[in-house]
Amino acid sequence: MTMHLDFSSQGHYLIALLPELVLSVCAMVVLMAGVSKRMRNSPDRVTDLGWLSLLGILVAALANGWLYGVTEVGSSAMVAVDGFRLYANWIFLSAAGMSVLVSIAYVDKQKLQAGEFYGLLLLSTVGMMFMASARDLIVIFLGLEIMSIAVYAMTAMNRRDRKSAEAGLKYFLLGAFSTGFFLYGIALTYGAAGSTNIAAIAVAIGDGSAHTGLLGFGVALLAIGFAFKVSAVPFHMWTPDVYEGAPTPVTAFMSAGVKTAAFVAFLRVFFVAFDGVYAQWWAIIWWLAVLSMVGANLIALVQVSVKRMLAYSGIAHAGYLLLAIVSNNGTATAGLLFYLLVYTFMNIGAFAIVMTVGDQAERNQRIDDYAGLGSRQPMLGVFMTIFLLSLAGFPGTGGFMGKIFLLQGAMDANLVYLSTILVLTTVLSYWYYLRVAWFMWMREAPDADTHVGLAVPVALRLALIVGVAVILYTGIFPGSALELARAAAESLTSGRFLSLSAR
Amino acid sequence: MADLLFFMFATVAIGSAIGVVVARNPVGSLMFMVATLAAVAGIFVLLEAHFLAAIQVIVYAGAIMVLFLFVIMLLNLGHDYQRDVKGGVWSVMAFATTGGLAGLLVRQLGRSADSPAFLTGSGGDAIDAALAEYGAVGAIARPLFTDYVVPFELVGILLLVAIVGATVLAKKNV
Repeated sequence: MTMHLDFSSQGHYLIALLPELVLSVCAMVVLMAGVSKRMRNSPDRVTDLGWLSLLGILVAALANGWLYGVTEVGSSAMVAVDGFRLYANWIFLSAAGMSVLVSIAYVDKQKLQAGEFYGLLLLSTVGMMFMASARDLIVIFLGLEIMSIAVYAMTAMNRRDRKSAEAGLKYFLLGAFSTGFFLYGIALTYGAAGSTNIAAIAVAIGDGSAHTGLLGFGVALLAIGFAFKVSAVPFHMWTPDVYEGAPTPVTAFMSAGVKTAAFVAFLRVFFVAFDGVYAQWWAIIWWLAVLSMVGANLIALVQVSVKRMLAYSGIAHAGYLLLAIVSNNGTATAGLLFYLLVYTFMNIGAFAIVMTVGDQAERNQRIDDYAGLGSRQPMLGVFMTIFLLSLAGFPGTGGFMGKIFLLQGAMDANLVYLSTILVLTTVLSYWYYLRVAWFMWMREAPDADTHVGLAVPVALRLALIVGVAVILYTGIFPGSALELARAAAESLTSGRFLSLSAR
Repeated sequence: MADLLFFMFATVAIGSAIGVVVARNPVGSLMFMVATLAAVAGIFVLLEAHFLAAIQVIVYAGAIMVLFLFVIMLLNLGHDYQRDVKGGVWSVMAFATTGGLAGLLVRQLGRSADSPAFLTGSGGDAIDAALAEYGAVGAIARPLFTDYVVPFELVGILLLVAIVGATVLAKKNV
């Protein structure tokens, strides 16, 4: 039985927003449980909060799967119920689930305030899900703010660490700055098109009633706002410091979740709303992509901290993914969605290893510290190698297939230069990814007891196994994930044609 | 008469906005901000958005600005004045960037006669109809709880996140 939603009554939103509602309620339960007397009197119970959050994420995932049986009528509602949103929700829920798994031991050992930590993590995920579902710029903005403010607080959450506070403040100030750009962009777009609804903006651009000058400003400012959030060069300044200073589980969460959310909203706004003015904005994104790919890969070559290297790797990946936005076609969109899914697992996996080598603290983050890891902890070495190979894009891993699909989309759009740059910079990136692997396997550990007593908590072990399984599965059998991504891209494209036919 | 009032309010709003930026004393710059918000409230009155004007005065010029003032006084700010923009090159660049952007924006706005739909949208009529049917408060409240119910509820989550985040970071015993 399929259910139809036409949003004629407000009650329909309760059905359309079921996963978000489940997650919000769970977040509030976790927040309340965190301050309850029982929890405060027995600090060893904080891990329970992590498992409770995970339960909430699983129920939200069930609700998300159930929504596939629901169809919507029209595209004037505030939120969309389409394959694109549901696919993006899978990525957010995976990112949240993996992050909770890798945080449990860290939160316990660093004595972070568990109730607030998991509560903010879940609420941030809710914000991301709203960014993916939004059919209206106001909802995108509110989702963006919910996500960002929660992540700012989580970045500065380790009160005993000076670097954490510094990173939090930097992220907050630069984030607020970028919010200004974003909001101004929305205001000018509204002024030009007369609506904040994405489909209505597309119609206004299509029939020529939008004011072109104001619209140009709005598009440019929105592009800057999104570029900040996906950390594309030259708007990447905050990324290395924030990634390095934040508690590692938070870095893992934001490197995957925030980037995905920003890209998904970026795609919906530029692909559907601003499709009619593609000729005006493609050059901006083209240059952002080139600068990110070349700049970040060059700087990553000389990093000595693994965490910082992964931050630059994140910026480089923003460059690769921007390729899909320039391509502006369904193939590249499917490639982007596929890549973001794989990226979530490989990036959180790599940060989980960083956490383990640092013994659930901010230690041993230099590449030298990884010397001898392979021989002392073979399983950790193998897992890290797989994550690094996937980030680099080796055949047999999901990262390789993702890059292939991105390139396919770019070739469909005749982006020869960008594709060439992607391939060349990927080859360049092998150096810094494989350097870590070389240190792990080819260097002797300096002392007899280095890496010997590393504890790998159960939850983190589970996350590592899931991460490696997803990477290898999508690398060898990409079919099922790609089919889902194609259907998601299809739903976005049909939304675009809907707006065109309404001309 | 309405035109005259509009230009008066607009001048006060823009002049005070400049005052916010150039005032050396934080309290002084805050007072300019109150003036800006009050002048904008005046423009709302001219647009016959009386409810919006009242809210603007009560919430912004009243409550939020008083909070700002409290924070400035409690933190005892405003003694050592430091320039935001350091060095001649930077100030030239800063002024060139903002001036260039402002110039471009003004030029684009001046060209708005090119696309008449931009000036003569149906928004005005719709607002008039809503005002006549539901009154000043209803015209805002109805869409807030019907069409815009999702963003409205989202603001609740946003405030919750901000409060939890601020509490976590400001708590004394960790």
